Amino acid sequence: MIAIVDYGMGNLFSIYNATMHVGGSPQVIQEPAALREADGIIVPGVGAFGKCMEHLARFREGLFQALEQGTPLLGICIGLQVLFEESEESPGASGLGWIKGRVVRLPEGVMIPQMGWNGLFIRRQVDILDGIELGDMFYFVHSYHCVPEDESLVAATTEHGADVTAVVARDNLCATQFHPEKSGEKGLRILENFVRSTRC
Amino acid sequence: MLATRIIPCLDCDLGVPGGRVVKGIEFKQIRYAGIPWELAEKYYHDGADEIVFLDITASHERRETMVEVIKKTSESVFVPLAVGGGIKNVEEARAAFNAGADKVAVNTAALQRPELISEIAERYGSQACVVAIDAKRRFGDGAGKELVITPEGQCWFECSFYGGRKFTGLDAIAWARKAEQLGAGEILLTSMDRDGTYDGFDIPLTGAVAGMLRIPVIASGGCASPDHMREVFHKTKAAAALAASIFHFDEWTVEEIKRYLKQNGINVRI
Repeated sequence: MIAIVDYGMGNLFSIYNATMHVGGSPQVIQEPAALREADGIIVPGVGAFGKCMEHLARFREGLFQALEQGTPLLGICIGLQVLFEESEESPGASGLGWIKGRVVRLPEGVMIPQMGWNGLFIRRQVDILDGIELGDMFYFVHSYHCVPEDESLVAATTEHGADVTAVVARDNLCATQFHPEKSGEKGLRILENFVRSTRC
Repeated sequence: MLATRIIPCLDCDLGVPGGRVVKGIEFKQIRYAGIPWELAEKYYHDGADEIVFLDITASHERRETMVEVIKKTSESVFVPLAVGGGIKNVEEARAAFNAGADKVAVNTAALQRPELISEIAERYGSQACVVAIDAKRRFGDGAGKELVITPEGQCWFECSFYGGRKFTGLDAIAWARKAEQLGAGEILLTSMDRDGTYDGFDIPLTGAVAGMLRIPVIASGGCASPDHMREVFHKTKAAAALAASIFHFDEWTVEEIKRYLKQNGINVRI
């Protein structure tokens, strides 16, 4: 079972359908206890960093335990950003802090939010990017981007006024700034890679 | 670099069970084109970057039908879905989002009560709020209006509402600017003069609005060939181009259009 964490920030229809479509068995969960039975966990994300953390707080411990036990976890969009320590979007709010670094605003002079399809530069071949090639396009919607202290965690970037972190990966933790569930067949491939990793 | 987007638009008559896709000519005559989710799925597989559903009916049952259309579509279509037509308030927008829509497009209700734009943007984010503007060229007295030079002479653009049946007297260009200030994430700009005519996009209109705003502008109305798309991307800052008939009646597929654009140096997702 792949747990889709519902922390009340919006519709999970698309990610549910997309996970189902690639052969996963998604279940939308509202209670942290359900994380214990999950073979994989998806943390979707919409809304602002601070609000998101407020709602995610009660899942924090359960998520951390699952991660420690080696359960594959996929963060999407804000679900990537909350892995970091803090964000310029919500000064004072603490993120999960599982990745050292900050979330900063996209540079001036480019369209903010970045909204639309942009190509990937692959920095490091990781399982989640299996079948994905340089220049493949994914659907992004965001105004802030992640800057990890350890750059080697970045598996792929995109270009939007700066090198923007698009995918991070570390052991059983991976996350994308774009929305794989809205990124056509290539996005589905990423979800399929994730579903496969939950069966190992 | 962000790719320009190609967006098929499905004008939906929701007065029949399950709904059906239709296409009007200059906002009037209607042709039948197919079942909404079937067409959406075909366009998705052809490479559409986004799908727009516009409800062109005005019946009471239509809300439920639209929810059914979106739900059904989001089972097999994995690109952003936008829904518009008759959305009056945040509650109706919420119904669309809960069914799986990523964006809603507002038109008449936003003209009547501009705060609606801010309300949707605050609750769901600017990216989820598209303001649709139907604009018609007006020659002659344009005192106080933003004037645009066209090959046919200088004109201003009047904003229409109620699906092109009524006019507001409002300057469409000024309205686009205000919509951006209120929090719109995107403008869907339809030329009423070109819609259904196959004469190509209204370049002066699209150029004026896209050149002035920071948010993306979707050009709409009049597209009949890949070259019309090339023209609008070469001559204006439009971020996306929307078309209907050209796709519905198998004149061109999304894929063929994108290949043509790519050959002409336009950044598209293939």
